[in-house]
Amino acid sequence: MTLTEQMITIAMVVLGTAVTRFLPFLIFPAGKPTPKYIQYLGKVLPAAVFGLLVIYSLKNVSIFTGSHGLPELISIVLVIFLHVWKRQMLLSIAGGTVCYMLLVQLVF
Amino acid sequence: MQTRSKMLRRAFRTAFPYTIPIFAGFWFLGITYGIYMNVSGFSFWYPMLMSITIFAGSIEFVTVNMLLGAFNPLQAFVMTLMINARHLFYGISMLDKFRGTGWKKVYLIFGMCDESFSINYTADIPENVDRGWFMFFVTLLNHFYWFSGATLGGIFGSLIHFNAEGLDFVMTAMFVVIFMEQWLKEKNHTSSILGLGISLLCLIAFGADNFIIPAMLALLVVLTLMRRPLEKEGEVQ
Repeated sequence: MTLTEQMITIAMVVLGTAVTRFLPFLIFPAGKPTPKYIQYLGKVLPAAVFGLLVIYSLKNVSIFTGSHGLPELISIVLVIFLHVWKRQMLLSIAGGTVCYMLLVQLVF
Repeated sequence: MQTRSKMLRRAFRTAFPYTIPIFAGFWFLGITYGIYMNVSGFSFWYPMLMSITIFAGSIEFVTVNMLLGAFNPLQAFVMTLMINARHLFYGISMLDKFRGTGWKKVYLIFGMCDESFSINYTADIPENVDRGWFMFFVTLLNHFYWFSGATLGGIFGSLIHFNAEGLDFVMTAMFVVIFMEQWLKEKNHTSSILGLGISLLCLIAFGADNFIIPAMLALLVVLTLMRRPLEKEGEVQ
């Protein structure tokens, strides 16, 4: 690829990303009332999307090979435990991450 | 003028702690990405330019492969739409929250990555903190972490040696915590359970590289079919 072709390729990715981010705001501008159905989606989608993101961040974990997803499982249980116990976002995240790093580096 | 700078500082101080885990995750992933571009034969200008203009992690890794392949701009565009389609859901969810944020709204939408969206949607912003500026700083800090990580990785890529294996789990941990925050806040868990369950089923059925779009469509269909019962019981806040 020439430099120009590379820049065009990158520009297409920038454009594509911007389209996915701006489209809802262009279709439903702030000045006009948003359709009831879209308002409903705006309320129920976030919870579903957070579930999707959890699965998305674990998508490359293999249950049947390697460490069988055990470090992930143990660390997530710890995150849940810490968060129910103290409900300190940073503590739960740091605790789970340190646990995971120790498990993959030293145990599994 | 003084009250304005006070207001800005307060918004920044409230926003910063929320972004600390993202700093760890973005530096790890950003440096990895910069190194990846470095070893693929690109100068640090590429990760620098791409991290600041695209600002969407997974597609930037894919773009490296596109740049190494044959020139096909349309395919690059369509591929980006597919990989980033989940942003459409974020936009629909933020229609109300971004209202009244003035010129900052354009940047808030531009910088709406998974992490900025998750924080800005769930954070309990205190009454005395300006919402628009809080979300602006969350987005700006995330953008800066990603940009600086990718650039450093591109420059010093081959020189960095420290055992950070497993640090990327910080993102998983953050999404679990955000999922829990939502769970503890909501009265009805139908949508949360559907989000986990349908995504998992689609991951098993379609595999890691192709499950996002089917999962989004399935969620959209199921939530649309359940609109009546969910709205009737008044369980949707």
